Amino acid sequence: MKNHPELAEQFNTDEARVNWHDETLWWVRTKRDRMSHALPEWEQLRESASQIKNNVLSNLSDYLIQFESNAKANGIIVHWAADANEHNAIVLSLLRQQGATQMVKSKSMLTEECHLNEYLEQNNIDVVDSDLGERVVQLAKEPPSHIVLPCIHKKKEEIGELFHEHLGTPKGNADPQFLTHAARLHLREKFLTRKVALTGVNFAIADTGEFVVCTNEGNADMGAHLADVHIASMGIEKIIPQRKHLGVFLRILARSATGQPVTTYSSHFKKPREGKAIHIILVDNGRSIHLGRPDFRNALKCIRCGACMNTCPVYRRSGGHSYHTAIAGPIGSILAPNLDMKKYADLPFASTLCGSCSNVCPVKIDIHDQLFKWRQVIVKEGYATSGKKVGMKVMNSVLSHPSLYRTSGKIGRWIMNHFPSVVNNKLNPWFRQREMPEPPKESFREWYQKNKKR
Amino acid sequence: MSSREKTLEALKKNQPDQVELPAITSYEQSEKDNVLQFKNTLLFIGGQAIEVNGYGDMITYIKEHFGEAKRILSTIEALHPVAEIKAHYPDPHSLEDVGLTIVNAQFGVAENGAVWITDDLLPARALPFITEFLAVVLEKKTIVPTMQEAYDRIGISDYGFGVFIAGPSKTSDIEQSLVLGAHGPKGMTIFLI
Repeated sequence: MKNHPELAEQFNTDEARVNWHDETLWWVRTKRDRMSHALPEWEQLRESASQIKNNVLSNLSDYLIQFESNAKANGIIVHWAADANEHNAIVLSLLRQQGATQMVKSKSMLTEECHLNEYLEQNNIDVVDSDLGERVVQLAKEPPSHIVLPCIHKKKEEIGELFHEHLGTPKGNADPQFLTHAARLHLREKFLTRKVALTGVNFAIADTGEFVVCTNEGNADMGAHLADVHIASMGIEKIIPQRKHLGVFLRILARSATGQPVTTYSSHFKKPREGKAIHIILVDNGRSIHLGRPDFRNALKCIRCGACMNTCPVYRRSGGHSYHTAIAGPIGSILAPNLDMKKYADLPFASTLCGSCSNVCPVKIDIHDQLFKWRQVIVKEGYATSGKKVGMKVMNSVLSHPSLYRTSGKIGRWIMNHFPSVVNNKLNPWFRQREMPEPPKESFREWYQKNKKR
Repeated sequence: MSSREKTLEALKKNQPDQVELPAITSYEQSEKDNVLQFKNTLLFIGGQAIEVNGYGDMITYIKEHFGEAKRILSTIEALHPVAEIKAHYPDPHSLEDVGLTIVNAQFGVAENGAVWITDDLLPARALPFITEFLAVVLEKKTIVPTMQEAYDRIGISDYGFGVFIAGPSKTSDIEQSLVLGAHGPKGMTIFLI
């Protein structure tokens, strides 16, 4: 399997597209800035949100028990899944109970994490993603490249082509208004005919046993209110203590995500409709283990706004697919190693450690600190790439022997002066996309020896 | 051991020491006129607010702007000259052809143009989503400054389903071009009384 630098290199073969991707995401970031700067209490809201989430992590087991009992009292059926396989099996068994072979789904990053679609397809269930961006990537047989903007890597012409092939729109039509309308008609038929709908969960309230789903398109509601059975899949960290805490989270979520004051729909599901059913699946899948890593547990505070991706200079120029995990970008790079440190050993290195992710995070996750800490863990555990290992061994030996350090500096400057082609070639990764600097005539040490006052 | 016990046991072992919940304070807003802010925000998110003096004004407006609509539904008795009035639709699939729906909202939120609607105000939960256009009757005096006051107002009230709706359904998934009317209503009108 290819790692982040290899996949990023692939993405970077089309320079114009990389620039466009970069600018589009930066534009979303500036919208977020306009919204956050308009609220004088922004920093206090971030602090409150962070503290509420800290409290949640310290009481997660009790809040889950409380949520379960209140949800049950509301008539919601509660399931527990230890891992992705169990989650997927529960969804399949609920479909089988209904005799359903089709399901409509709204956005849920958890089901991406569990690879639910592939599993259901293998079991002959037809799954339709109903979020427009998710439907686009589903038709293209790709995973989403961004948690909020699933097809942000696609040009409208490519979407027009996909719709021409699958929905029968006229060839060459790439007008967003027209294509969105075509998708509306195509998906409306799905909403009207599916007996089972699956949604994600943005927040679940321990105190009341209800859960909240936020969308702009209205697709979660169209699915849930027209189906006989509504399945909600939820990571266990999505719990919040009380309803009034939504007053904090709903003020910061959409502002951070897309620069909107709030999503169009914030739907609170408390009880099923008469004669219908709501099932909620509480999924662990490594979260309870993650909670036991003090340096990394803060990542479980994430509310999935995507602000860290939009601001990240590496994400913007390498694309979501280069992270080869369900959740891309800075937050994905600190979540994924918890699940599989070896498979995702490259991700904490996919960062400049500039810290912009931590600065925009609405729940104050120390993202760049965790990236740095993951690097240390990964090297210690022996999962760093061999190039990095060799490089670090050499650096260690050079930096710990002053005479060797001085000699190698001299040799380096001499080579760069006399045989620049040794460093100015494609074998040197630093030479790609940039010129090597002029070597200085002398080292700082030499200069200092000459100039210090005797 | 069941997955429930396994998860809960691991959480108990791994969760950090108790951290207290913060006190949630509300913040004074620079714009004191809630109605003005509500109207401006609604416009910004693709909806529109219309000040009316009573149901007569609403009927005139509906006739003028939605005369062509195939089916107009409402829960508000006074709108019977222009709308089909029914308290409950057991099968939401029958609502597929609704052109305009007019319902009441509990209250509005100035900072984001949202209105809070609970299922006791809806003849079917699917209606505000499946309808082609949505109109909501909102009393001006109910508009609160932010979501924090909104949840103070909701308090511990009971409902089966409740939703904040802020403007028409929308998407920007294709190259970040904003399109109104993704799956839900293509437009949203708020009658302010």
